[in-house]
Amino acid sequence: MNFILEPWPWYIGGPLITVVMFLLFYYGKKFGISSNLETICAIGGAGKLHEFFRFDWKKSGWNLMFILGTVIGGFIAFYYLTPDETVNLNQQTVQDLAALGFNDAGKTFLPPEIFSVETMLSVKGSLILLGAGILVGFGARYAGGCTSGHAITGLSNLELPSLISVIGFFIGGLVMTWILFPLIF
Amino acid sequence: MKHIKFLFIGILFGIVLSKAEVISWYRIYEMFKFQSFHMYGVIGSAVVLGIILFRFFNSGKIKDYLGNKINIEPKKKGFYRNIIGGTIFGLGWGLIGACPGPMFILLGRGELTILLAIFGGLLGVLFYHVIKHKLPH
Repeated sequence: MNFILEPWPWYIGGPLITVVMFLLFYYGKKFGISSNLETICAIGGAGKLHEFFRFDWKKSGWNLMFILGTVIGGFIAFYYLTPDETVNLNQQTVQDLAALGFNDAGKTFLPPEIFSVETMLSVKGSLILLGAGILVGFGARYAGGCTSGHAITGLSNLELPSLISVIGFFIGGLVMTWILFPLIF
Repeated sequence: MKHIKFLFIGILFGIVLSKAEVISWYRIYEMFKFQSFHMYGVIGSAVVLGIILFRFFNSGKIKDYLGNKINIEPKKKGFYRNIIGGTIFGLGWGLIGACPGPMFILLGRGELTILLAIFGGLLGVLFYHVIKHKLPH
């Protein structure tokens, strides 16, 4: 049982993601998480702003149940399955982050420099959280999928649009990490 | 409660991404710095097995729970939508270290500040659909 409490290596995590994708297709659905953002907008009354959101969101009820499950899964993993929160990072990563002002990188899952309540209550901190969220939501629906729909499902199905999207994911991520981070932090 | 099975699949997904540290901001940063194989291993092994799985779907050797052939809906064709949309997504992913799935998983850990990012995600989706007719696809 001890291995469950340890961090899982990539060769356990990756195949289990495929298992999740298999189960969703086996039960007649698909693996696409960012669509839920559209569904939540529709439930929240976004149909008043744009006709796109006047779809029958009850048909996406299964996917809302899925993301509700992910919230519960996160809770279970955090409170019952992860006694040690340390992330075993490359020492170079830790040093690079220290140079940017991120202390104790890898001590927990998330840097307080971005995710603490104090940071969120600052102007810069709130803009980072909100702005990054806007980019993720806007980009995912513009590209027609996020990591689940394009990087996992689309690449598994050998789809060119997904390959182009994943290249885009990396262009954006590399520009952010290598060029913009030193300007932001 | 006919959708209850999807709740359990979601729980499995939440646990897997937590235990494999995919939801850690640091792991995403490390990936974009090319300083660890971990995330490439996670995504790469999921895709390699996915390619094999989809061969079984397409050949009809694995059917759905009702015995029907499993069809994978193809993605919309286009270049600009994928490269521009993908790049915008990547900028956000690199900054917040979480794509939509992990955002919800982090919420389950009680990381309440992620709610602001999820709210941003909803605004982004709304904004996209309002201006999409002006964008190249």
